[in-house]
Order: sequence, then C-alpha cells, then structure tokens
Amino acid sequence: MNTSAAPHAVEITGLSRKFGSKLALNQVSLQVKRGRIFGLVGANGAGKTTLIKHVLGRLKPESGSVRVFGFDPVTDPVAVLGRIGYLSENRDLPAWMRVDELLRYTRAFYPKWDTAYAEDLRRQFGLDPRAKIKTLSRGENAKAGLLIALAYRPELLLLDEPSSGLDPVVRRDILEAIIRTVADEGRTVLFSSHLLEEVERVADDLAMMFNGQVVLAGALDDVKDNHHRLVFRFDSPQSSAPKVQGVLSITGADQEWTAICNGKREEAVTSAARACGRLVAEDSPSLDEIFVAWAGAKTE
Amino acid sequence: MQLHVSTGDGVPIYLQIAHQVKYLVASGRLAPGDEIPPIRVLAHQLLVNPNTVARAYLELEREGVVHKRHGSGTYISDTGSPLARKERLKILLERVDALLAEARHLHVEPLELLRFIKERSVAIQPKENK
Repeated sequence: MNTSAAPHAVEITGLSRKFGSKLALNQVSLQVKRGRIFGLVGANGAGKTTLIKHVLGRLKPESGSVRVFGFDPVTDPVAVLGRIGYLSENRDLPAWMRVDELLRYTRAFYPKWDTAYAEDLRRQFGLDPRAKIKTLSRGENAKAGLLIALAYRPELLLLDEPSSGLDPVVRRDILEAIIRTVADEGRTVLFSSHLLEEVERVADDLAMMFNGQVVLAGALDDVKDNHHRLVFRFDSPQSSAPKVQGVLSITGADQEWTAICNGKREEAVTSAARACGRLVAEDSPSLDEIFVAWAGAKTE
Repeated sequence: MQLHVSTGDGVPIYLQIAHQVKYLVASGRLAPGDEIPPIRVLAHQLLVNPNTVARAYLELEREGVVHKRHGSGTYISDTGSPLARKERLKILLERVDALLAEARHLHVEPLELLRFIKERSVAIQPKENK
C-alpha cells in the first residue's frame, strides 16, 4: 500500500447530506490532525454517526468532499479501510463465532495484524477465547470490538460512541486504549461521544455538532481558555433574563445571573454595566456548560 | 505520586495537575530531588491526554518547581519556588478571600479561623525535616 503524504488524517470540506427533507449534515468542514486525539461531541441526532459513515465511505457525499489520509473513501476504499480501526456504536460482531474464531477471521483481512498484540489485549481485557460472542456481556462485546479495531495497529482509530451504555471499568479500558494509541505510537484517534467528561480528559481537539452543523471547533485548550463564566449582580431584581451583549447564554433569577461567553468578555461586562449589573465572580466553565450554552444559543 | 483530576468544575486539567504537585511539594510529600513520573506513565494513570500532562510539567518547570535532567526524568527542584514573594502572595490572596467569605457564611470568626489554620499547619507539617 502506498504511503500518504496528506497533512491531515481526515479532511472534510463543505460536506452536506440530506435524509428526506432533513438536513443531517449542513456544510460541515473539519480537519483531524495526525497524531492527535479528536473528540466529536453533540447530542443524539446531531449528525455524528452520519459524519463517521462518510469517513468510512459508507455514505457518498451529496456535496462537499471527504479525504482520509488524502484518499477518497468512496473511490478508494482499500486505501482508506486498511488504515482505519473502527468500533461502531452497535458493535455488530458475528454472534455465532467464538472469540478465538473472531480473531482468526478478522486477522485474514489485515496483513498488518499483530497476533502477539491481539493476544496481549485479549488477556488484558479478560476475554475467554472459547466464549461465543452471543454469550458475551455488553462490556465484553465492546472489548472484543475494540480488540479487533486495535490489533492491526491502524493509523486512524475511529470510535463511534465507544462508551455508550458501558460500565466505568470498561470505559476505563477504552480510554486507556485511546491514550495508548496516540502516546505510544503517534497514531490518530477520532471518537464521538456525548460524555463531555471523557472528551475533556483525552481530546487534543474537538468539534461540537448541533443539528448537522459544526458550531464550535478548535484545540480543547483554546476552547477552555476562550470561554468564561461570568456572574453578574444587578441593582434590581430582573423578572426575565437581562439583555447582555456578547454572551452565549444567561441563566439565573432576581439579582444574580450567570453568563457564559466565548471570547467577548469585555463586551459582556460593559453591556451588563449599562443594565446596572456588575461582575461579582468569574471562572472557567466546564466543557458541559460550554456545550449547553452553545446548544441554547443555536436553538434561540 | 497520587493525583486526582476531575472535570466537573471547569478548572483545566493541566492546572489541576500543576496545583496538586505544588501542594505535594509544599506539604513535604514530594521532596527536592524526588523524581516525578514520566509523562506517559502519569497520562495512563490519570487517564488523560499525554499532551495535558506535558503542559502541566512545562508549567511547573517554568515556575521552577521541577527541572528536567538530560536523558533522564523530571525532578523536584531544591531551590523552592523562585517566584517573587509578591507573586506568591497574590496566588494566596484569592484563596484567603474565598476562605474568609466561607467562614463568615458559616459564622466562624476570623480569630477562630486563624487558630484553625495554625492547627492544620502543625498537622500537615512533614514528619521528618529533610
């Protein structure tokens, strides 16, 4: 397989997709840099899975383009799929196979399959080689899916809601796998999640999706640095949310209101002052709060 | 080195790590010359991005709390923090203000608080002086 000189692991430009009359993806552009962990966040139905299906070439762009290591996943599936280790949300493994059969079966597809590494992972994950897939617990099933996504050391690990519905012990295994993939071998991870706590822990970069659009994208550190939580105290009780310029959201009651803003801190403080509100406290919001603020701002 | 990160309260993870290392140094649980874990090891242990740990270490290095040795690891410095005294006091000021506000809210007089601080100061003192 020829090596790729493309600067990004994934590059999506102006991607749109309709399902019936619903716009599932609306002019989505994003870049996943090599050697980094990219978190795709958004509520259910925001378009995360649709986006991932385009990366895998399972959906053809209606407009816009998708490149994976410079290759088009639709016209060059061998180049793309040979570089991706994929764990789907449904983890659709063949139920009738045993764990050892699943490993042998999957190995046949990948010249780079690392048998020793696969065995290490199997033991570490506590999977019985003779257990039938259909008898595995939800967590074991996820681990088996993760194992076959990792064992040929793909250049891009692509995980769709990997932690969804799993207990903390299994979630820990998955996070460890994500970190190890990047830390030890400089490969790339793209994962979607609605658990912002996990994204905040492991992501270098993130994109927030809302109703098929990317509403916020960037390095996690920048996102954290640029957002502020400002607490204002107004001279008189406010019966409805006071109008403050430059903020994404404002919540509270009576005299005290908390605003989340993105970058426009000075504008917000000046604007609140005009409404006789003064800044009484200020700190960094969590990623959760940032997300809720953006979702609210886009709904209005 | 036992650290704990949480993501609920908005404090960036690299700052949580840096603060906790400083706390461990101040309370004597990390002594000058002690080695702190390599970036990758701590990243695995805390389940956080290795770049985040690297940033925390860089911050600690810039503040003179730790230093790197060529080809080996990262160690606690023995000169204490070279931050200007004024800078250091500024860091504490915010915490003292918050503490006083909390105390007032709980009806604890400043003098009583002061006594409490002294008690704790003795309690967390390093057992052996190095």
